[in-house]
Amino acid sequence: MHDMILEMLGRVLIPATQLFGAYILFHGHLSPGGGFSGGTIIGASFIFYSLVYRFSAKKHRLRHETSLWFEIGGALIYVGAGLVGILFGRHFLTNQGVFPIGEPGRIWSSGMILLVTLGIGAKVAGTVFKLFQELLEGGAEQDGHH
Amino acid sequence: MLAAINLLLLLFLVVCAIVVARTKDLLSATIIFSAYSMVMSIIWQQLHSPDVAITEAAIGAGATSLLFLAAISRTGRHEE
Repeated sequence: MHDMILEMLGRVLIPATQLFGAYILFHGHLSPGGGFSGGTIIGASFIFYSLVYRFSAKKHRLRHETSLWFEIGGALIYVGAGLVGILFGRHFLTNQGVFPIGEPGRIWSSGMILLVTLGIGAKVAGTVFKLFQELLEGGAEQDGHH
Repeated sequence: MLAAINLLLLLFLVVCAIVVARTKDLLSATIIFSAYSMVMSIIWQQLHSPDVAITEAAIGAGATSLLFLAAISRTGRHEE
């Protein structure tokens, strides 16, 4: 099945959604938003992508492993940023004195908060997309219909 | 003026919540629930919490509706 309206809408809306999600992620420590909301927006854009291109071409389908690697990478970034504090002899997730603190108001301004936000964003985007994939495609080989 | 708009939004919220619970067509209920979340997000903004507003718009109107749609496509559209 090939739906032209969906595809034309997706061609405009998917990059715009991903740009907005990336803005919320990268400005998580300066403006409202952060890892959770930005990650959900990016995950929703992945869902939209898989809905639009699901029926048109086989090569466009995102595989289940992709969302799994997003989740694993996000969790590893978070734990890795926390362990750096322990490496320097401080507590877990220590920020001040371990990471370079930039100028206030800039994107690079709060040490590791940006790194942690990106990790949470990857984790949440992977989880949202994984939920959708499991709900729509998981268990299809067992019950047989659809 | 602003108070009247807020009152209108809250009234819309109550109507949406009642209609969602009473609708038998689950696809319509999902769309109404999405509208409920959108209005709720505007109300969060009016309550000076933009962080919650963004999360409500992303989760409530975006992700939850898509998950409901996926669940409907796997099961049936009408409640019995």
